Amino acid sequence: MSPFASCSISRAGVALFACISCAGDASAQSLSALASDARNWPIAARDYAATRFSALDQINAGNVARLKLAWSFSVGANRGQEAAPLVIGGVMYVVGPYDGPHPNQVFALDAATGDLKWSYAPKPEPAAKGVACCDVVSRGLAYDNGRIFLNTLDDHMVALDAKSGQELWVTKLGDINLGETITMAPLAVKGKVFAGNSGGEMGVRGWLTAVDQNSGHIVWRAYSTGPDSETLIGADFQPRYDWMKGKDLGVKSWPADHWRTGGGTVWGWLSYDPETNFIFYGTGNPGPWNSNQRAGDNLWTSTVFARDADTGAAKWAYQMSPHDLWDHDEVNENVLLDLDVGGASRKVLVHPGRNGYMYVLDRATGEVLSADAYDTVTAYKGVDLQSGRIRPNEALTPVLDRTVENICPAPPGAKDWQPMAWSPRTRLLYVPHQHLCANFSASDVSYIAGTPFVGATVDMYAGPGGYRGEFLAWDPVKRAKAWAVTEKLPVWSGALVTAGDVVFYGTMDRLFKALDAKTGQLLWQIRAPSGFVGQPVTYMGGDGVQYIAILSGVGGWPGVIANAEIDPRVRNSALGFVGAVQDLPLYTAAGSTLLVFSLGDASAPRQQ
Amino acid sequence: MMRPSSFFVAILLGLWITRAQAEPLRVCADPNNLPFSDGKGNGFENRLAELVAAEMGKSVSYTWWAQRRGFIRNTLSAGQCDVVMGVPAQYELVAATLPYYRSSYVFVSRQDRHIDVASLKDPRLHQLRIGVHLLGDDGMNAPPAHALGEQGIVGNVIGYPIYGDYREATPPARLIEAVESGDVELAAAWGPLAGYVALHAPVALRVVPITDTQDFAPLQFSFDIAMGVRKGDDALRRQLDDIILRRRADIDALLADYGVPRAPVNAR
Repeated sequence: MSPFASCSISRAGVALFACISCAGDASAQSLSALASDARNWPIAARDYAATRFSALDQINAGNVARLKLAWSFSVGANRGQEAAPLVIGGVMYVVGPYDGPHPNQVFALDAATGDLKWSYAPKPEPAAKGVACCDVVSRGLAYDNGRIFLNTLDDHMVALDAKSGQELWVTKLGDINLGETITMAPLAVKGKVFAGNSGGEMGVRGWLTAVDQNSGHIVWRAYSTGPDSETLIGADFQPRYDWMKGKDLGVKSWPADHWRTGGGTVWGWLSYDPETNFIFYGTGNPGPWNSNQRAGDNLWTSTVFARDADTGAAKWAYQMSPHDLWDHDEVNENVLLDLDVGGASRKVLVHPGRNGYMYVLDRATGEVLSADAYDTVTAYKGVDLQSGRIRPNEALTPVLDRTVENICPAPPGAKDWQPMAWSPRTRLLYVPHQHLCANFSASDVSYIAGTPFVGATVDMYAGPGGYRGEFLAWDPVKRAKAWAVTEKLPVWSGALVTAGDVVFYGTMDRLFKALDAKTGQLLWQIRAPSGFVGQPVTYMGGDGVQYIAILSGVGGWPGVIANAEIDPRVRNSALGFVGAVQDLPLYTAAGSTLLVFSLGDASAPRQQ
Repeated sequence: MMRPSSFFVAILLGLWITRAQAEPLRVCADPNNLPFSDGKGNGFENRLAELVAAEMGKSVSYTWWAQRRGFIRNTLSAGQCDVVMGVPAQYELVAATLPYYRSSYVFVSRQDRHIDVASLKDPRLHQLRIGVHLLGDDGMNAPPAHALGEQGIVGNVIGYPIYGDYREATPPARLIEAVESGDVELAAAWGPLAGYVALHAPVALRVVPITDTQDFAPLQFSFDIAMGVRKGDDALRRQLDDIILRRRADIDALLADYGVPRAPVNAR
């Protein structure tokens, strides 16, 4: 643990380091305090507000072109690298995906030199192999009070001593044999750690679970469907809109008992407002029923929840897509900002909807202040700000007896899990996202567990303009695009923005890019070993040097694709999103490399 | 003293046996999905694999993987194994052999309940408690679930995720067991599963093919089932075709042993 100094951050957001050596122990500091020190990256989203903004400015728009590789490290598992490295007190913690001899392995490294301090390999159940179908990523770790918290794909939460890597406790949260997995990064708040489940298309009922940091015991669990007693909806639940008021709507908004296998999994991002003690997160789409078998709003799927962090009690909820027809989960991040709305400063939550709308909600009440399309949208006709309800375009309902064309956004949404960033300096949101539309038709015969059926072919293709991805700067006050850079392939990596007014992201065709945060001008890029689906972070090492880090390794959703131009025999699998990126193998193979960049001024050989 | 010729014969025989052991028929299979296959070799696809391997002078080796999304990708396509013993004949992810049986979706009820429903248009479907398998989302469910939903038959339909709890034996069988216990009055299931469970059920079950399906096109309620190999693996596919043609009677007897409801396969 390198000695840590206190630092103050000026109003301009520039970190001023009065680097007085002191024996401060990061483990004893609160997570909020750790986040206020710009040298750390203590939460996957950097801070509780999920801004992914760093006050570091050693690297800036004027010098970023000099960025060089400082060190690199292989996590030894060639699957989608979606994890955010964490950095606390000059030590980096990073987790690999579920693959290879040591699935979900955790590494602690000196953040300046890359020296390996320790590694920890969980022992996932061998029986789990093959039971989870598709998504084997990990989106990162959590840190609090000297501990690292890990979610394994096979539903365990593990606490490790951050200094030694020693296992402190292991708690089983779910069961892979029921189709449940965990891919999300946990969030640590006030002595608890939160995690939710994945697996909505397998009949999994979604939940968010709070675990006690010291004992590893489950404190509470809030289901996404079912009676109020299980969704933790009680006396202090105050939804803003009438159609979400009433008893046991998580049961009544479904036919019969269909909520029991209702989906609404929780596999995205959590944010936290210390002022109100609310945590915020979104739930997945309804499943595994067809839309014609689940009449009703299907609460609380495709919903953003505000809950009390201590008890899990729901404070408000807002369902973005009642009775979702197009697989539009709403698990994306909820960024907490103070924004000028109609001339007054409002405490808001900004949610980039999978459905293509950029929502600005009052984070105390769940009132929709605005919802504007930030990509091509044909599946909906807008959001009624009076009632709060979205207007679906029923003409595009997917039914097997006809072909439905030009559904935008496609099932993965206008934006998937890849997190956006917010700069308090430019007052812009930086939104990495895909730009895809889809046709839905019956054709393919599928086969699951010995059961044949005619499934749907979802042909996905580039949206209007012929590009498949975009890196968008969005002004949430003007409710408009400030600038955008189009990309050949979906932009599946997260975004990072700094006080140096530089914004970073990676592309699936192996480029890591730095753009001018004000104008979008490309300032620097580098070819990497593999395509990017990860989260860029920045920190300062014990050597006083600012570093930028990101994992390189394509995978996740696009990792399962084959190339139709090379192999015309490959067809789309149902809802498998294959068609849209059939050329991916022309650009990249799998990878597993952590890349760490600096300006290179400090790259003289060090005394070991 | 051994004569040279028999000495060589012994050596060659030894080599041949070693070869047979070194190159088994590599089968991709689900270790927990009777009547098709299980890890102990009790399924009809296990038995069929043994029949085929014996024809080839080989033994059988398995790559076990739950038969879900990603099954083909992680087993056959990944080169872990070379043949899947049962796939729909029109399955795009593999090169299919000649079909070796055809079956259909069936309605299952208890004999003692005298529910003689066979037609998808039967008005009683609006009242009966009906169990269906759930597989996914829109465009990813079994045909009976789609067809009932299209007719607005929803509130009396109970879904059983086909994945079930994989710690239990044969998770898809929960649907048929729900008929036995009376949790549902009628189940719509794929024939081979229903026929097999009915064969061993403690109560007499009625298993009838679902009729009046033509109005629900493009949904299909009957499927030809073949074996699947990697696309381009034509030598193996032709070998399997040959065995399917030559051993058709034995294969059919095997299916009959397992209670698989069968219809004549579509000639290709």
